[in-house]
Amino acid sequence: MKSLVIAEHDHKALRPATLNAITAATKLGAPISVLVAGFQADGAAQAAAAITGVAEVLHVDDAAYEHFLAENMAPLIAAVAKDFTHVIAPSVSNSKNFMPRVAALLDVAQISDVIAVESADTFVRPIYAGNAIATVQSADAIKVLTVRGTAFNPAPATGGSATITKTAAQPAHASVSFVGQELSQSVRPELTAAKVVVSGGRALGSAENFKTILEPLADKLNAAIGASRAAVDAGYVPNDYQVGQTGKVVAPSLYIAVGISGAIQHLAGMKDSKVIVAINKDPDAPIFQVADYGLVGDLFQIVPELTKAIGD
Amino acid sequence: MKILVTVKRVVDYSVNINIKADQSGVETANVKMSMNPFDEIAVEEAVRLKEKGIATEIVVVTLGVAQAQETLRTALAMGADRAILVPCDGELQPLGVAKALRAIVDKEKPDLVITGKQAIDADNSQTGVMLAALLGWPQGTFASKLEIADGVATVAREVDGGQETLKIKLPAVITADLRLNEPRYATLPNIMKAKKKPIEEIKPEALGVDLAPHFKTLKVTSPPQRAGGIKVTDVATLIDKLKNEAKVI
Repeated sequence: MKSLVIAEHDHKALRPATLNAITAATKLGAPISVLVAGFQADGAAQAAAAITGVAEVLHVDDAAYEHFLAENMAPLIAAVAKDFTHVIAPSVSNSKNFMPRVAALLDVAQISDVIAVESADTFVRPIYAGNAIATVQSADAIKVLTVRGTAFNPAPATGGSATITKTAAQPAHASVSFVGQELSQSVRPELTAAKVVVSGGRALGSAENFKTILEPLADKLNAAIGASRAAVDAGYVPNDYQVGQTGKVVAPSLYIAVGISGAIQHLAGMKDSKVIVAINKDPDAPIFQVADYGLVGDLFQIVPELTKAIGD
Repeated sequence: MKILVTVKRVVDYSVNINIKADQSGVETANVKMSMNPFDEIAVEEAVRLKEKGIATEIVVVTLGVAQAQETLRTALAMGADRAILVPCDGELQPLGVAKALRAIVDKEKPDLVITGKQAIDADNSQTGVMLAALLGWPQGTFASKLEIADGVATVAREVDGGQETLKIKLPAVITADLRLNEPRYATLPNIMKAKKKPIEEIKPEALGVDLAPHFKTLKVTSPPQRAGGIKVTDVATLIDKLKNEAKVI
């Protein structure tokens, strides 16, 4: 057995989700190689080599991997994967884009969003927005997995001294080109890695109120800001703030849901948080069924009061 | 331009699911079933492309039990022109479905395939991408905006940090995200018209593909339930609890 973890990175550095994927790989007990495919990605390769538990880093550096296009990533990963029994990527938007392509090229299944490793061929994953948990056994020679970061602790980022081996690129796909990206500018922690998340719902009423009501609270707690689908649909915050079945899955130490009623699709994205606080004017809102601490009342009074009281 | 849209019949998004007592799966008998919501968005996008004069024909396809015809009728009522049902009673997994869809693509030769980004039952989010891989086509996944001109699709995609834009040459596979459009409701006259639109049945054997499962579901259980919390009366109590009981601030 031999595991290959696909690093999630921005070329200069690893993204935190890579460390969670390494921990998932260690559960298999097999030697771990990390594939860093990028462009001018020495920084990410060196960071991967320093992770405790990593035996080898395969570094492929080519402009074809600058934007992690699935058409270019998949043939590379599939070629490298032939020497491995398990191919593991953190469940993030890049891997959701290229891993099923890898699996299809290898003619094997993909097991998506693994939350527990039972054995070398048996994995646990949520289905139906987390309202059911399936245990599945793969019959494939190569297991292709994406793993949910919230279900595995991060591996120590230092302590390792893996060898870095330069590996050859594969030909690039001619039919796709990258035009550009608009990333949300934020000095806050990454939503999926933050220790505290403050989320707002439709009851916030406007984009302005997200700024004036939620941001000061998030500032005090060094929190990431999230949102319900309703708040995103209403245009209060960008799409990438959405927490839920079709958005991001978070499991911070503290999740504060402000003006969020708690549809099952939203709960799917946050119910594994350690402590949940709900602030809502409707005492019967479903969010209170999962909240450790509920406060019924007007968020426009409560949240500023809370912001003021924290740190006093 | 011809568009192929794939749809799946799933437990309606509003249903609180029940897990079977023998842990073999989720109860689907006597449960409200509907078209996967992301597939509705895929159908809607195809219909809009036809209304703009960019698409000339929309073919909708599904694999599944005989009742999946109802899902195809819904797509026809929304504006698809004709439908294909690949009848299958056994368990279907994304790779097998993608192989069957590739065989349909070989037969129909569409310029564009639009799928939902994921089905809300198994939450795999794989089939569209696997289809693109098997065809060797480029893909625009998690699409929130799609423009087509001169054989090139410009796709805005939802990614973790925000949004990115790709240009991909057709033929290609697009997977629809939540904000690509808001699907229409089929009107009564269109529902009536849809009853006359053709649904072709193609047996899986005729496609010559291997639908055998690659993994086995050993059991399906309920997720751990959170213990009920408490309601606090004021901000001071909340802060005290977070500091001294939960110790998270």
